[in-house]
Amino acid sequence: MAQVSIEVRVNGSTYRKEVEPRLLLVHLLRDVLGLTGTHVGCDTSSCGACTVLLGGLAVKSCTLLAVQADGAEITTVEGLATNGDLHAVQEGFWEEHGLQCGFCTPGFLMATVQLLERNPDPGDAEIRHALEGNLCRCTGYQHIVNAVQNAAGKLREAAS
Amino acid sequence: MATKFFGTPVKRREDRRLLTGGSQYTDDLQLTGMVHAAIVRSPHAHARIRSVDVEAARSAPGVVAVFTGKDMEGVAGIPTAWLIPDSDLKTTDHPALARDRVRYVGDGVAVVLAEDRYQAEDAAQLVQVDYEILDAVADQVKAVEEGAPQVHDDAPGNRCFLFNTIQGGDLDQAFEDADDVLSFRTTNHRMIPSAIEPRGCVAQYNAASGELTLRMTSQNPHIHRLLLSIVLGVPEHKVRIVTPEIGGGFGSKIAVYADEAVMAFCAMQTGRTVKWVETRRENFQCTTHGRDHVTDVEAAYTNEGKILGLRFKTWANMGAYVSTAAPGVPTWLYGLMLSGVYDVPAVGLEVVGVFTHTTPVDACRGAGRPEATYLLERIVDLVAQRVGLDPVEIRRLNFIGKEKFPHAVAPGVIYDSGDYDAALDRLLEMVDYEAFRSEQAEAREQGRYLGIGLSTYVEICGLGPSSIVGSTGFQGGLWESSVVRVHPTGKVTVMTGANPHGQGEETTFAQVVGDVLGVDIDDVELVHGDTDLVPMGMGTYGSRATAVGGIAAFKAAQKVVEKASKIAAHQLEAREEDLEFEDGRFQVKGTDQGMSFQDVALQAYLAWNLPQGLEPGLEAQSFYDPSNFVFPFGAHACIVEVDAETGQTDIVRYVAVDDCGEVINPLIVDGQIHGGIAFGVAQALYEHAQYDESGQLLTGSMMDYAVPKPGQMPSFELDRTVTPSPVNPLGLKGIGEAGSIGSTAAVANAVADALSPFGIDHVEMPFTPQRVWQAIQQA
Repeated sequence: MAQVSIEVRVNGSTYRKEVEPRLLLVHLLRDVLGLTGTHVGCDTSSCGACTVLLGGLAVKSCTLLAVQADGAEITTVEGLATNGDLHAVQEGFWEEHGLQCGFCTPGFLMATVQLLERNPDPGDAEIRHALEGNLCRCTGYQHIVNAVQNAAGKLREAAS
Repeated sequence: MATKFFGTPVKRREDRRLLTGGSQYTDDLQLTGMVHAAIVRSPHAHARIRSVDVEAARSAPGVVAVFTGKDMEGVAGIPTAWLIPDSDLKTTDHPALARDRVRYVGDGVAVVLAEDRYQAEDAAQLVQVDYEILDAVADQVKAVEEGAPQVHDDAPGNRCFLFNTIQGGDLDQAFEDADDVLSFRTTNHRMIPSAIEPRGCVAQYNAASGELTLRMTSQNPHIHRLLLSIVLGVPEHKVRIVTPEIGGGFGSKIAVYADEAVMAFCAMQTGRTVKWVETRRENFQCTTHGRDHVTDVEAAYTNEGKILGLRFKTWANMGAYVSTAAPGVPTWLYGLMLSGVYDVPAVGLEVVGVFTHTTPVDACRGAGRPEATYLLERIVDLVAQRVGLDPVEIRRLNFIGKEKFPHAVAPGVIYDSGDYDAALDRLLEMVDYEAFRSEQAEAREQGRYLGIGLSTYVEICGLGPSSIVGSTGFQGGLWESSVVRVHPTGKVTVMTGANPHGQGEETTFAQVVGDVLGVDIDDVELVHGDTDLVPMGMGTYGSRATAVGGIAAFKAAQKVVEKASKIAAHQLEAREEDLEFEDGRFQVKGTDQGMSFQDVALQAYLAWNLPQGLEPGLEAQSFYDPSNFVFPFGAHACIVEVDAETGQTDIVRYVAVDDCGEVINPLIVDGQIHGGIAFGVAQALYEHAQYDESGQLLTGSMMDYAVPKPGQMPSFELDRTVTPSPVNPLGLKGIGEAGSIGSTAAVANAVADALSPFGIDHVEMPFTPQRVWQAIQQA
């Protein structure tokens, strides 16, 4: 199959790759770039395990083609921490036991980053609504809600 | 033992890697020379395979090999490991790839290996299978009728087994003495476990050494090693199973599936490393489902509301093949819990296990116990209504009193400990039950339908004493192993045969062992999920890892201290009985003479000066076989509001008081309870695996099968009581499944209570708006 040349910037590094036009973005990240922190949980963009930030927006990378991301700036879970210091959202999930098996967690983290950028002080119902593109089978969501609140508090404190 | 860590909400030690993308799940593995597999699956529920043409697929770009069922004729069938006695169990042949007949949608027919996954999927489309479509049956009640399509030639009438071993007390007398009998038929519908990580494996075979390595999604790697060794004919010591990070199981990663055997076969045939990860569609079609009972209930009771006897007849849908643990789930795990928290003198159960043209059924979070609890909790509410008792009163009237423990129940097990009134007391206090009843009455006057459902449950877990599980036909012991290995620097590796996949045992076991050895939990690392590193073990399921595996680790650590104490006494020139060991230090009582645990560890390995006859080194092993199961319990309350116009059910409050004995880490226990409750609530309100008449799975994707979203779950209000188990030295019970066992019934009772003004006393699950609306219309 004909290859298409693309350039993406992922977690601050630039990559130029020849890819099949049908290659999904999530497979570019995982199989070509080796960033396996982004997971695939379903075929139908239902579960959100593959959520990444593309141009600052949380998107499901299983529902985008890699060629659609040509020229884009992407952040994956591997790019959240800086110099080994965890992002406030990662800290929040850790402190509040917002994860169990961890498979859905990268997607929740990325969706939460977007949520807190848009709404630094969300109520519980707003959190549940904002994360409704992500499924978790382990936690029953309550500790995830607590984790987002915890992270929101940390980020507000850092901003003030 | 000083308890510095036990009982504290330590942050999980496994989380950093999970939060940073630093973990490796099976699908993350990229091994040199790896090829990718795609399985060609039957689109029909029942068909004869006339021919399979793989020529086009073989010559497609990137294809390395294609195999069909005929190629795998030398490979043994997929086995069943719970051979319930006296039941005429038919396990039937289960080839890894179908040869002449397919028996459910998703049954594997051929496998394609290609250089990448896209090519493998492309080529799989080119495999031409000529099917002669046959009649199918998906419903277990229809499947046992005369003239129903037959799933297996050697299982006449589609009967997989007939189980009637659980008969306790004098049932005939109970029904004779009763003032009245409640009879009804109800369904506990099929669920799909839906771990967010799909199943998968990476198979490697070294032809020179004869070693087969499978990296795979498994809750129990040693069981997989044993059974796959038998299936593939590779000696057990040449098979290595490694479980990378596992993204949830909920029972669905216990079974031995055809797919892993197929991948091992492919690796052995081609010499290539073979990777296969199922799509979500495959997960829904081919990974085991759970529940799926139809039950006729008869309850004998007095006018005072005392339940005298319970008779159950259940048709359990087993699917097209008998999965690994499947026969034990709708029989023992279900039947032994059929008197629940109640002192019922007589209980009888008959179960017909039925073959259908559907995905095989096996353990699914709770496995049999949610089904039992759902029936009992519906029974007590319905009897309460008939005799004019409040749901609280009938429970108190029938509870097994706390003074009666240990207590032998009619189905045939001995409950270890319990205080059911205490849990219910606390629950009612949290709910403010009386205030709710007033609020409910006021709401009804305004045309708003609030309902409260109670569920008081007990579960059998901590599986389990090997001699007892052996007598149930389980083909193994259910002890657990652990090795505590202290390194020369005093750092500690703990190996466990349990295989955590989200439950947090890398933290809780470190808490237990850290306390025994007096070392920091960050100096304790848990190793699990590698059959070459860890001694034979039985894995994680049945809420057993902590109550069995945790105790094995505890006992192994105690043995380490015993040896360390001998070394310390020798080095300090003191008698052992003059030493005290506290906070990681051996001290000669009443002196300033002492040495740290770390110093002792170093001396154990230097071996320059050890007591005569004592071997060097500092490690110990334990195989712990519990003397009994453990029986966690609790009281849950769900408050719902039903919109009579739309049939929509909303949870207003969910309150739960659970008792899992002593608690190692309250944060983790709360997380387990939350997840369990969500699982059970989801069954009651949303999830329903449905087949059409022809055996097509209608809920074959996450767009059609309603795994709940964050906004569909309430916040949970939790508390606990602590009734230690006398079975093990730490007083532990289990908590992984408890929430799912208690919660489905709480929602069911709440919906029935909300609809009582319409004269409705029972609605079948799941309580979708359509179903509830129809019930109101028909009332």
